[in-house]
Formats: sequence, C-alpha cells, structure tokens
Amino acid sequence: MSRYLLNKFLYTVDRDPDLVERYRDDPAGTVAWWEAERANAVLNCHTGEASTWLRFTDEEREVLATQDHVRLFELGAHPFLTLTLFIAMFERDHGPLEYQLAYAERMKHIDMPYPDIAT
Amino acid sequence: MATVVAVIASTHHPFYYKASTATGDDRPPFADEWVRKITAFRETLTRARPDVLVMVGSDHFHQLWLDNMPQFLIGKAPFYDANWYNEEREFGMPRMLLKGNEDLSAHLLREGLDRDFDLAFSNELRIDHSITCPIITLRPEADLPIVPIYTNIFAPPLPRPKRFVQLGQAIRDIVESWPSDLRVAIIGTGHLSLELGGPRQFGPHGPDPEFDLKAIEWIATGDLDGCLSEVTLDSLHSPGNATHGFMDFMLMMGVAGAGAKADHVDSLDLFHTREAYFTWYPNGAPE
Repeated sequence: MSRYLLNKFLYTVDRDPDLVERYRDDPAGTVAWWEAERANAVLNCHTGEASTWLRFTDEEREVLATQDHVRLFELGAHPFLTLTLFIAMFERDHGPLEYQLAYAERMKHIDMPYPDIAT
Repeated sequence: MATVVAVIASTHHPFYYKASTATGDDRPPFADEWVRKITAFRETLTRARPDVLVMVGSDHFHQLWLDNMPQFLIGKAPFYDANWYNEEREFGMPRMLLKGNEDLSAHLLREGLDRDFDLAFSNELRIDHSITCPIITLRPEADLPIVPIYTNIFAPPLPRPKRFVQLGQAIRDIVESWPSDLRVAIIGTGHLSLELGGPRQFGPHGPDPEFDLKAIEWIATGDLDGCLSEVTLDSLHSPGNATHGFMDFMLMMGVAGAGAKADHVDSLDLFHTREAYFTWYPNGAPE
C-alpha cells in the first residue's frame, strides 16, 4: 500500500487544470496514463531523472479509477487533497454546499479513530 | 532593537474574501457581521503602526510536498508571489505580490539555528492562503514587507505542540533582538476545531464547539500550562481531522507569552468553523 502514491496522484492532478478535467471525464484512462507516465516522476527535478519503483496496488488503482472518495479516506489518502480535487471536479454539478454535505453524508459510517494518514 | 508592537492570532478562512466582496443574492447572510468583526480586528493592527509583518502560517500542499517536507521553514526572499490556481478556483482568491524583508529573515534564520531550531529556508516561495487571508483581513493594502514562516501542521509526522510553543517564544525573543528601529507585528493563523474531507465537515458549526470555547479561553488568557496539559498530537484528532492547525495558535501563544491576556478577543460562529481573533500589545495599547 502506498499512501504516498495515492497522494501524489491527487496532488499532481489537482494542480493542473487540464488534468482535473481529464480525470473528471475519463477516470480509469487518466489513472492508467498517470501510473504509466507520471507516477515515477520526481517532482521539481530535471525531467531526465525519475524513480523506478512506484506503482499502485490493484485496490488503489481501482479506488482512483472509480473515484471513490470514501475508500480513499479509508485507505489513508490525505483528506484535504481528496476533498479539494473532488470539489473541483463535482461541485459544479450541485447547488451551494450540496456536494460538500453529500460528501460528508456518504462517510457517516466512519468512526473515530480515523485511518492513519502518515506517509 | 526592533519593537514588537502587536502580536496577532487568527483563524484563516479562505471564503472571507469572496463573502465580504459578494453583493446582492450572492452575499451570504452572515457577511455583514463578519465584515464588522474583521474591520474591528483590522483596526487593532492599524493602531499599532507596524513597519514589518512576520507571518506564521502553513502551506497546504502548494509549494511544500511529501518528497521534501520541512517541519519549520522561513522565507528569505525580496518578494513573495501569492495564492495558487486551486485557491483561485475554489475560493476566488486574488493573485498578490508581497515584499519581503531579507534582513529580518536572515536574522531569524541565524538566531533560530543557533537556538537549536533546525529551520529550513526558501529563497523563492509562493505563499498561500494561510498567509494571504490575514493580509486580506488585517492589511488589505498589502503594502508592508513580510517574513513568512511556515509550520507543518498538515503532513504527519508533525512536531509536538510544545515545540510550536517553544518556537513562538524564540521568534518573539529573536525579533526583539533584531538590530533595527522598525516596528514589527507578529501575526499567525491556524484553526480551532476543523474537519476537512471527513464525515463531520461543513456542519452548522465547527465540528467541536466545546473544544472551540475552551481553546478561545486558553488563548485569551495566555493559559499555556492548561493548553499544553490537554493538547497532544493524539488529542487533536478528536475535535476534527484538521485540528492540528490549532498548533499555530499555540505557537502564537508562545509569541505572546505565558499568562499574557489578549487585548482584543472576538469570535464568530459560522457553519463549518468558529472564527477567532486575538490581538496582544506587548508594550501596552497604542494611543
């Protein structure tokens, strides 16, 4: 399990307006492309340098491909990253605060303590 | 030596800018009261006539990321661009450009390192809403040079609450030892109870109103012992999953000093959070 890689996906997509739209429109395709092309990029470094060992587990890949924010939370993805990106993708389809409240409602069954988010 | 003319601690709410500038049907019902409270809060800084602002906040995964995460970082640059695409997108935050004061940055870094704080630094730092929110609320002219100080309240493992307090105490001493005749205000922002991306988010109040009232009492009375006796890295999970931002308030309690009663205390119960505003005048209230 790699909370770091889940977070890296959320972080790099969230900060790129084109990728936000691409992930909204084609979740599974974007996840597959990102894992193949971007997962091992060392951010802020020369593009010739890359890591060699980063990949999703099957579960992580599926959770991202199905845009399941509840399971992302349960896997320990950073809740701020998930929330920010999901608001960017889906708030537009809802009335004021409607999406944020529905997002919370879908998590009502989650008790304290919450999953660890340390990376 | 430099004078600390005001110490200010505040929540930072990225929606204030949008709420306070909205008109007609877009203006939320709480906006007028919020603006009134912020205007009174702003006056507490204006009256202190600062020349330089030391600004304590926390990067929200903008420039600082998990491949290279400092615990405490001081900006040392002549300028700071501010706010990021996703803050513009979600909160309507404006792009800003703030001046720096490299001499004070260098002094804080040198003296901080010599006091056993292994401070990171940045010579090119784009700051985010944890620092621009208080610029917007307290000094919307954005005309004073700043020294940004970032803390990690966001990406565990985090320093413990006591370390935040100790750093605040050190910042106060170091600013007061700066060979300068400038008037410095030290401003820091954090959170009371807060939940982001969890089941308790965006409720009718903050996720833990009881914690919020207790926290306000600790801060307003400078009750560092009481606060430190109850607040731990573990305990902060309970009021809400983003409540570790309260440690920036604890840092500011360290700046203000143990037992220092705030000269201005105000708060506003909003949906999602309780906002809270504190000002101390270390050398007495200005005329």
